[in-house]
Amino acid sequence: MNRDSNLYTFIFAAVMVFVVASVLAFTATSLKDLQAENVRLEKMQNILATIGIETDREKAEGLYKQYVVEELALKNDGSVDATVNAFEVKLNTELKKGISEQRFPLYVAKVAEETFYIVPLRGAGLWDAIWGYIALQEDNNTIKGAVFDHKGETAGLGAEITQKWFQDRFIGEKILAQDGSLKGIAVSKTNNDPNGMDKEDHEVDAISGATITGDGVTDMIIERLTHYMPYFQNQHPSMALN
Amino acid sequence: MSTTKGNRKPVIFFLNKEGEPLLSKKNRKLLSDPLDDNNPITVQVLGICSALAITVQLKPAVVMSISVMAVMAASNVIISLLRNLIPNRIRIIVQLVVVAAMVILVDQILRAYAYDVSKELSIFIGLIITNCIVMGRLEAFALGNGVWKSFLDGIGNAAGYGVLLILVAFFRELLGSGKLFGFQVIPDALYEMGYENNGLMLLSPMALITVGLIIWLQRARNRKLIEKN
Amino acid sequence: MEAYVNLFVKSIFIENMIFAYFLGMCSYLAVSKTVKTAVGLGLAVIFVLAITVPINFLLDSYLLRPGALTWLGADYATVDLSFLSFIMFIAVIASMVQLVEMVVEKFAPALYGALGIFLPLIAVNCAILGGSLFMQQKDFGGISEAAVYGLGSGIGWLLAILAIAAIREKITYSNVPAPLRGLGITFIITGLMAIGFMSFMGIKL
Repeated sequence: MNRDSNLYTFIFAAVMVFVVASVLAFTATSLKDLQAENVRLEKMQNILATIGIETDREKAEGLYKQYVVEELALKNDGSVDATVNAFEVKLNTELKKGISEQRFPLYVAKVAEETFYIVPLRGAGLWDAIWGYIALQEDNNTIKGAVFDHKGETAGLGAEITQKWFQDRFIGEKILAQDGSLKGIAVSKTNNDPNGMDKEDHEVDAISGATITGDGVTDMIIERLTHYMPYFQNQHPSMALN
Repeated sequence: MSTTKGNRKPVIFFLNKEGEPLLSKKNRKLLSDPLDDNNPITVQVLGICSALAITVQLKPAVVMSISVMAVMAASNVIISLLRNLIPNRIRIIVQLVVVAAMVILVDQILRAYAYDVSKELSIFIGLIITNCIVMGRLEAFALGNGVWKSFLDGIGNAAGYGVLLILVAFFRELLGSGKLFGFQVIPDALYEMGYENNGLMLLSPMALITVGLIIWLQRARNRKLIEKN
Repeated sequence: MEAYVNLFVKSIFIENMIFAYFLGMCSYLAVSKTVKTAVGLGLAVIFVLAITVPINFLLDSYLLRPGALTWLGADYATVDLSFLSFIMFIAVIASMVQLVEMVVEKFAPALYGALGIFLPLIAVNCAILGGSLFMQQKDFGGISEAAVYGLGSGIGWLLAILAIAAIREKITYSNVPAPLRGLGITFIITGLMAIGFMSFMGIKL
């Protein structure tokens, strides 16, 4: 058959589309469960990492069940929605909903005698989405730990938010001002505190060359935490806003 | 398989009808040319985007070079095998679909069985599919040449690409953050004397200038690459 | 209306494909020897971007993103075909490029010869795929926003390649050292222009 005839072209294209689509669809569906399991365990790993428990994926589930005692799905007014499985809440779809429809997952962990509150974050980096988890101590103010991840930030620049040296900068920082209002944490180039000695400045040192990714981290922290304030204030009535 | 007319040579040394040895001079040139004379980045002007984005540190540069080599070898072979079947009118689409499908397949498998590796590589996935070198060599070579030659061409060009990437990343990581492969190389003593990391090296404009300087060096050594006005 | 103008201006200058995101560099560097070929390629890029971004927007909204298939029926709401995004976007782009290639070959054979391999390479031009991927990430409200974004990105790319081609034409008479002549000095000039464009970074419109 003539290679350049319409009929041949059509048949070739049809066969190619069929073969490629089948191979990809087959691979995607047969591997979907394994992939989902990896993602699920990674989520547990990340949540544990924020409270200082480093683990590999095999042990993650066991440790998670041991330390995380509650999974709450909060509404914007601070009440708990008991019908929603907090772990299954996917922030990328939640963020598309209106604030009153969104559910805000909160993970409560108990390590030794201390309670920690872990908030999942999600926002926009330079190229694509960034996300993470931030763990607060019982006062809902001091950060116990933070973990960040991304989809497509630049290797060596924005991608460095996944590195421990950046995430460690958040430990001990306070998210609330003296009067109880939410300040969040700003990833700042003008921090003037490269060793992070000042834990009340609500800032951490930025990564050189990763300004936009850093801004994305700042924005997602304050945006997400804002929605948890009603719940936190219910917990600490003395922390009322001025 | 086949033998040359009148000369009986061992079968394993010949792969095509002309009886050319596997690593004949011409074939070896396919491997060595892209390292200098026909470097994909500095001469063919392909693969620039990733040369800027991936060269902030040495480690991603190395990972990317290896990934590109694997993809190029595989896609050159596949397209070369199909070259007599592909209709001319849709050849660009076919090339792209083959490359994209292969890369996505690898990504899906890694995400199931080697999740940590896939996380490191997933940012590169998009960059590999759109890497002009992959597509450029398919158009310029694999569509018109045999399987073994296309394979060598793929490896050679990927090696030339890798060499340049590693060179640029070497300078950017060293001057931009004082490290190589993540290990501190510039001694603390120098920092105390007032040496500062050149933050501008971490940004893409400096990568462009670095490549420009490398081209300068390359053409000064290899006068035949100099452009005539 | 103001939102469209904002988006348009943003995509041309602040989010310029070449100087802010460094996408589409290969053709940009290789085809900028003369203003004529630069304009030819730039127009082709505008055309491809302005058409593929809206088409991919439709594909993304009604087929690919999680929950997109709800128009088929409620039980399809959980289907997530986003793993096919890449390959579908590329297929759309490649078909567009094949079309453009055939048109250019027929109506402007000199340009076709001058562009050489870089015309089919528009298909993998990271700027074109980047346009569609950014569109997916930016979550536009409607197809007209996507179209404005695609058009603006293309125009930004054209302006960039026009600028460098004009400069290159002018410096053919300058005293550039021989090994640096042509490609080498172009890299350096582009680097300097990019540093200039860094001043746009962080402007919020």
